[in-house]
Amino acid sequence: MLGDWHQLWEIVSAPDNVPIVALLFLVPFYVWYAFRQARANDELIEKLEADPAAAKTAHRKTQPYHPKWDREVHTWPYLMRVEFVAAILVTVLLMVWSLTLNAPLEEPSNPNVTMNPAKAPWYFLGLQEMLVYFDPWIAGVVMPTLIIIGLMCIPYIDANPLGNGYYTYKQRRFAIWTFSLGFIGLWVVMISIGTFIRGPGWMWFWPTSTWDAERVEYAVNRNLDTIPGVVTGGLFQINGSWVAHLLPTANRDYAPILARIIFGIFPVAIYFMVASYAVYLVMNSTNFAQRIFRRMTLLQIVTTDLLLVLMLALPVKILLRLIFRIKYIWVTPWFSI
Amino acid sequence: MADENGGKRTGVLDRVREDAEDIKKIVREKGKEEIEALKDPEKTQLYRSIFRVKHEETPRSRSLGVLSNVFLHLHPAKVNRDATRYNYTWGMGGITFYLFIVLTFTGVLLMFYYHPSKVQAFRDILYLENDVPFGKLLRNMHRWAAHLMIIAVWLHMFRVFLTGSYKKPREFNWCIGVLLMVLTLLLSFTGYLLPDDQLGFWAVTVGTNMARATPGLGHEGPFGSLLGMTPYNDVRFALLGGSIVDANALLRAYIWHCIAIPLIASVFMGVHFWRVRKDGGISGPAPVMLESEIKEEKGPRPVIMRPSGMV
Repeated sequence: MLGDWHQLWEIVSAPDNVPIVALLFLVPFYVWYAFRQARANDELIEKLEADPAAAKTAHRKTQPYHPKWDREVHTWPYLMRVEFVAAILVTVLLMVWSLTLNAPLEEPSNPNVTMNPAKAPWYFLGLQEMLVYFDPWIAGVVMPTLIIIGLMCIPYIDANPLGNGYYTYKQRRFAIWTFSLGFIGLWVVMISIGTFIRGPGWMWFWPTSTWDAERVEYAVNRNLDTIPGVVTGGLFQINGSWVAHLLPTANRDYAPILARIIFGIFPVAIYFMVASYAVYLVMNSTNFAQRIFRRMTLLQIVTTDLLLVLMLALPVKILLRLIFRIKYIWVTPWFSI
Repeated sequence: MADENGGKRTGVLDRVREDAEDIKKIVREKGKEEIEALKDPEKTQLYRSIFRVKHEETPRSRSLGVLSNVFLHLHPAKVNRDATRYNYTWGMGGITFYLFIVLTFTGVLLMFYYHPSKVQAFRDILYLENDVPFGKLLRNMHRWAAHLMIIAVWLHMFRVFLTGSYKKPREFNWCIGVLLMVLTLLLSFTGYLLPDDQLGFWAVTVGTNMARATPGLGHEGPFGSLLGMTPYNDVRFALLGGSIVDANALLRAYIWHCIAIPLIASVFMGVHFWRVRKDGGISGPAPVMLESEIKEEKGPRPVIMRPSGMV
């Protein structure tokens, strides 16, 4: 059980992977750093909520405070010096990094020799990892577009007026959980999987196992409508005999395809209904959440719900693939989901 | 001079000697003045012509020092005392901007040694790495600064989210920020191809292959072929200037990377910083607000959405 530590070292020490190794430390650090401040603020908030009289005169910040201090300080020198020091530190860091690690340079480009694994730049590996679970038009086009649109929607769908300009957890549980799920749970984790776990052939190699380009994986992925018992019998017989009756004689051959197209609509529709109801339940799970929910307009509710349902589709599809080996839910001649 | 000497005839040599004495005196006195002035350079004409205001430890001078300087006037004259501490902002926005400057600087230097053509590109990198003085350091710095900038952008976004800084009145600036993040990723991605090595070639091949699958606009995407898309007229062709990653793709990546995206990003950055100021400076650290202080809204609802902040 020693494992191939050399392989792991090779992956971790590849100069282009250094940012991701750094990210593995930086993200947890800043999460801890933010939540430490959030907890301090939450304690203060709790104290002030319990004592409305004190709340009127309290300073309401957890930063060091003295009544004689000015609320504002001069940019020069108090901010400028911080910025200059930061610039110097970043420059030193960059210098040291550039002196110790060389930017990678492979062989000259050659369309006839495919790199295995051929990986996108590290910041797009989350999207490349998504290709395992979705077709390229979803993973490479629709999802990135939705991420951008979804991020830009955030300020307009968040109806919670609290937590504007200070760290807090208790006042913004729902927002913080959903954003963290997206940024850490999906984006950063999938980049890490794409970097450290995916080897030749984009196959799953646990850390310390050797990246074997000859490895063959036995995996049979099925479409939902071909799983025995799912479509045989009942309304959705594969032969589509029930559809055939509705079609003109000349088009009867298309009946099985049509039956599958119609079949696929149902699980997708059911997912949308169940997931959006689940999101609705979460959005109303506490008294405070209900209060915020009542402040939302219909457009805000629908947008929030839709974006979250679409985001949750990713982990749902990942689980369907890993547990049930399902490739597509809905197969049509034009696209498959 | 002759008159001062009581009409006595003096030789030319004497006059010269006298003038030399005068000049000596002038040099000594003026020189002393000049050196004295060096101790207080802010009073010099040169200093004032450049910096316009004296630097003194007075509130007025400190404010003017920031406001009357084209580079510093991105800042307000005064800032929230608590905002100068590291723990609230993590400095990530500023670091991102600084890295953009570093990348522009190193990038321009790299451009002196690089030809965006299939024949030259890879050799230029070899030349840069092996023969150009500090060429390797230059390339390393450009690459690592790019990676660092992406990390800084993400952490900046994470911080802005966790502090709720996107809330009213900063909603629109958050959107600008999202676009700037996308532009940062695109900047890095277009730069990936430029060394024209296997790494960049296949990364860009993998990346742009996605474009084939664009619904309606890619020849392998849903409804693409129905709409007449082929490998020779779809959106991927437009990106690469061809059906494969080749000379045209290299040139396009180069132009996007060195000219177009930096220009677009600079405009958005201008708007981003401008809006930070116009929206009331950075968001905090603000005094905490209590749940009991949420005001229920009165009056008619705005047509599209009501503001998410306090009304």
